[in-house]
Amino acid sequence: MRKSLLALAAGLLLAGSVSAASAADKLKVGFIYLGPVGDLGWTYQHEQARQALVKELGDKIETTFLENVPEGPDAERSIEQLVRAGNKLIFTTSFGYMDPTLKVAKKYPNVHFEHATGYKRNPNMSTYSAKWYQGRYIQGLIAAKMSKSGVLGYIGSFPIPEVVSGINATILAAQTINPNIKVKIIWANTWFDPGKEADAAKALIDQGADVIMQHTDSPAAMQIASERGKLAFGQDSEMIKFGPKTQLTSILDTWGPYYIARVKAELDGTWKSEDSWGGLDSHMFAMAPYTNMPDDVKKIAEDAQAAITAGKLHPFKCPVLGQDGKPVECKGGANLDDGQILGMNFYVKGIDDKLPGK
Amino acid sequence: MELIEAIILAVLAASTPLLIAATGELVTERSGVLNLGVEGMMIIGAASGFAGAWLTGSIFIGALFGIVAGTLMSLVFALMALGLAVNQVATGLALTILGVGLSGLIGAGFVGERITPAMHLNIPGLTDIPLIGRVLFGEDAFVYFSLALVVGVWWFLYRTRPGLILRACGDNHVSAHALGYPVLRIRTIAVMFGGACAGLAGAYLPLAYTPFFIPGMTAGRGWIALALVVFSSWRPGRLVVGAYLFGAVTILQLHAQGWGVGIPSQLMSALPYLATVIVLVLLSRARTGGSTAPAALGTVFVPDR
Repeated sequence: MRKSLLALAAGLLLAGSVSAASAADKLKVGFIYLGPVGDLGWTYQHEQARQALVKELGDKIETTFLENVPEGPDAERSIEQLVRAGNKLIFTTSFGYMDPTLKVAKKYPNVHFEHATGYKRNPNMSTYSAKWYQGRYIQGLIAAKMSKSGVLGYIGSFPIPEVVSGINATILAAQTINPNIKVKIIWANTWFDPGKEADAAKALIDQGADVIMQHTDSPAAMQIASERGKLAFGQDSEMIKFGPKTQLTSILDTWGPYYIARVKAELDGTWKSEDSWGGLDSHMFAMAPYTNMPDDVKKIAEDAQAAITAGKLHPFKCPVLGQDGKPVECKGGANLDDGQILGMNFYVKGIDDKLPGK
Repeated sequence: MELIEAIILAVLAASTPLLIAATGELVTERSGVLNLGVEGMMIIGAASGFAGAWLTGSIFIGALFGIVAGTLMSLVFALMALGLAVNQVATGLALTILGVGLSGLIGAGFVGERITPAMHLNIPGLTDIPLIGRVLFGEDAFVYFSLALVVGVWWFLYRTRPGLILRACGDNHVSAHALGYPVLRIRTIAVMFGGACAGLAGAYLPLAYTPFFIPGMTAGRGWIALALVVFSSWRPGRLVVGAYLFGAVTILQLHAQGWGVGIPSQLMSALPYLATVIVLVLLSRARTGGSTAPAALGTVFVPDR
């Protein structure tokens, strides 16, 4: 009886998460999602991209997705399940799927894999990610312009390079507007806990921050900022519904064009293993409309966006000063190179906090 | 001054769902049943509570939806663990898995919707008193109800005859049965009470804390509630201490990070757990010197007819 209940529970979970169309001889494309498709954040954006893909190439392909797949041994089984179901191109959409994807990729050399945000590749396994720090730079400009208290509140998830480079890009941008800008950083040590994210936002506002930025996934912080009459930036997806008078902009993950391009390559037989780390220029992400700000601030944001897209402005233009005031080694010539940004583990000058673990 | 008030308010909000869920589980465990499905019942309560409030526009009806949904979930547990005498640990874990999956299904249509959160009390004159006004007279109904609930449970367990009988079932179900008490019926009611509380605690999240529903939004609070029951050595008074201490350290560590005190955030995030465990263990050692778990906790009882 116990077993049957567990089986029932597992069955319900699976039945709820597998969706597949039916048709033969179409290219089968599979997706592995970390969260539920309705998380309004990370997974939601991947699902939007899948839907865009179906809209574009629906007559030639057939897609399947598995949601709520935990990072770890379960992932390997789920990826393999998609392979056995006949999928020829499989997108695994979270960092923690890196090793499981590689393992399955080595086992099935005739199937192509696309892994998001990782760094391990194989002849049949590509990686893709986005230069979100470019968007953070634009947010930093807006935040410094809009803050009356001169104190920004930043909710971090985990102190990993992606998040740290986002904080640094924000503060470097803000300093160009207000050299004395302060940023208060609270690490939630989770990607997703609406209650805790709300508590962190409350703490930041209570300590004087009037613009809230977040690198966690739920709209809780946006909603608190809205309740308290402050301003905030969304994360991953459009969160303006939770703060119509609060959201300044949001970094939107727009994987659609990439997914369409990769599936087209697969259909043409030109797919090969690549590392795509795209920014605003390659539409790997987009900025939500600039709202709740005066026109001059909007113009600053739009100009910066255009300059970054055109490659004229780099958020980590040298010299970049470390917290000790000394310039960081400049490996990319005029700016920090990709490796330095992808492995960023220091705060820049102007952040009065210690990076956890340093 | 304002900052202290703001911190206290945040602590009350963070502690309330833990306190409500833990109080329910305490009653369940005092009757001798270990229901590990608190997280599952909470998330179902959250989804149903939000659905109820969104459909009717009433927070009160939303809370009722949460209570009913939590109770129904607990009945599934009672059917398995009490009716069919299945292992309680396994059934509880299965209940959590079921709850997490089912809540996603219930809530799927409501993701991205928002509601007006629960009203806060406002008594002109009293609510405006500096520092204590908003804490004592400006909270939402859930906060006051949670405190009334604990007092009620304490009074029931230690001052009433049915409470004594319930504790007897938890300490020695054979004797209680021999004395003619309907052990399984009493336990079923205790399990249902636990489910109702967990459902309400879950509903608190989308109705008052963060007024929207997202799958998985309980984020492990059910497990914390379970731990609080153990570390409070099954005493309602200590449960209040534990829940508020946990909430207080959670909020304070966030503030400490904002102030930039330079302690690694990973350690700070662990502090609520550490502090709560240490304080409650010290409390229970000082008073009673040893375990006070209900003696029959988690054991299967099949009455011989």
